Amino acid sequence: MAKPIRSGSDAMKRDFLLFIGFSVLVMLAPQYFRGGYMMNVLVFVGINTMLAIALNLLLGYAGQISLGHAGFFGLGAYLSGIMTTTFSLNPWLAMPLAAVAVGSLAFLIGFPVLKLKGHYLAMATLGLGIIFFIIFNETYEWTGGPSGLSGIPYLELGGISFNSDVKSYYLIWGFTLAVMLFALNLASSRVGRALRAVHDSEVAAQVLGVNARLLKVQIFALSALLSSIAGSLYAHTMTFISPTSFGFNFSIELLTMVVIGGLGSIYGSFLGAALLTLLPEILRGANDYDIIIYGGLLMVMVMYMPGGLVRGIPALFRKLAGRKGGVDHA
Amino acid sequence: MQFDQILQYTLSGLSTGAIYALIGIGFSIIYNATGIINFAQGEFVMLGGLLTMSCLTVLKLPLWAAIPCAIAVSTLVGILFERLAIRPLRQPTPINLVIITIGGSILLRGLAMLVWGKDTHSVPPFSGDAPIAIGGATILPQHLWILAITLIIIFINKIYFYHTISGKAMRACSYNRRAAGLVGIDVKRMVLFSFIISSAMGAVAGIIVAPLTMTAYDVGVMLGLKGFCAAIIGGMSSGLSTVIGGLILGVLESLGAGLISSGYKDAIAFIILLLILFFRPQGLFGKADSERV
Repeated sequence: MAKPIRSGSDAMKRDFLLFIGFSVLVMLAPQYFRGGYMMNVLVFVGINTMLAIALNLLLGYAGQISLGHAGFFGLGAYLSGIMTTTFSLNPWLAMPLAAVAVGSLAFLIGFPVLKLKGHYLAMATLGLGIIFFIIFNETYEWTGGPSGLSGIPYLELGGISFNSDVKSYYLIWGFTLAVMLFALNLASSRVGRALRAVHDSEVAAQVLGVNARLLKVQIFALSALLSSIAGSLYAHTMTFISPTSFGFNFSIELLTMVVIGGLGSIYGSFLGAALLTLLPEILRGANDYDIIIYGGLLMVMVMYMPGGLVRGIPALFRKLAGRKGGVDHA
Repeated sequence: MQFDQILQYTLSGLSTGAIYALIGIGFSIIYNATGIINFAQGEFVMLGGLLTMSCLTVLKLPLWAAIPCAIAVSTLVGILFERLAIRPLRQPTPINLVIITIGGSILLRGLAMLVWGKDTHSVPPFSGDAPIAIGGATILPQHLWILAITLIIIFINKIYFYHTISGKAMRACSYNRRAAGLVGIDVKRMVLFSFIISSAMGAVAGIIVAPLTMTAYDVGVMLGLKGFCAAIIGGMSSGLSTVIGGLILGVLESLGAGLISSGYKDAIAFIILLLILFFRPQGLFGKADSERV
């Protein structure tokens, strides 16, 4: 599942050009998608891409599953929301504070949680996510409970308030591209190689001098921290948050994005996030039934395309091309 | 706090606990035979309740016929699930198995929503709803049905696992699948059996609890998770430890909801789950000799 280690300046140059090309496309997109509705959807694609990358670092690179990431996303959103409304803090200060708090919390709970493996890890993180969800609902004097928290201020920079669709688009995608670049760098660094080593065999990685236990906890904390930033951005662009956005179903949706896109592929996370965010828009009529499609997609992908779209589609093309070639020869 | 109140909470906790125990045993049976935690376990609980409702109202069957009918259909779904999703899996790594059973559970829940809609449905109690007074507390006849049926199922389970060839073969698989295969046990068939037994048990749990709590397409999630919690307390045993685990969980939840706060009722199960996983992954009664990996 892990990507082969690429080295040499050619590969680096190619990766760099790919990223530049992607960024240019992202920056130009508003020229083609005018109209507030589509921009709004693309803002969600950006937030979900960030979250999918955060989860992918943990699941795709380190091989550790989490079914509770919506909880960290929600914690970031609520901490930012509460600090900026109840305590009137500057949003730019609240966001890093929330991120550090969520990251530290994840670091602390990471030690007992990541001792578990496979199914047990899945259940423990799921339990954590649900506990967070219950807390969002029950501490209504802080969070507003099920009716939500409103009046969260927009982010502002040099007198510009990010209060319109196009402005939020550039804000969110600025952060998303930064997270992508960071994740791409991390993946091709020494840490990325160590993570893949842990993914393939924890024992072997430890023999080679990787502190597997600490590394897993660190990547868990980093993943939670990035999710928290996405949460803060979500809170400040929507200006209203309620617990339903941060429940178990959203954790599953994130998992689906990562799996569909491709485990261990940063651009795959973007593909998965884009597909799953746009899908409900495309399937307008089938409003409530999108969960059937999520479930079906998850199963079909794991069974027939375990590498995700980024690897599955090229492989499919090769297979089709190969079959055609075979017929020609015969 | 009055004694009557505590007695009341304990009694109702015991009957919910019995439900958790049945679901938990379903988890354990599949886990022991295959090493899979079936995240779709709760959906069979949902199917049991809703299918009984449909048999009663649409097919107009009497209760004694509706129940076996619902169990049979749920079991068929369990067989299909094993055949179509679990067996064809080319890379059965734990993560892939987690994802595929989660996918299956979402799919089943979605299909149930298509068939039965989002409404909550009720199933009539098996024998009226005249309350019975015990000490200062009262219980419903359905509570007694739940406890009795759970006891009977656990008894049948015990006989199956210890006194029949196929039950013994299943136990052999849980000790060592490879060795079981070497002595001529058809491991694949045992895997299928484990799905049959646990989907049937899940359905029974769903049927006997439906008259008390009503049922809907999404009841499987919470019930399934709590059943898993019971199994974890019991150290993934398919016997008495998981039953005790379920009862402990049911009673703690009921007391917690009554005496502390009903809003945090669901959190209790997950806090217990995390504490057990962190500190006693072998279960509350297990010996610390094996690592849960």
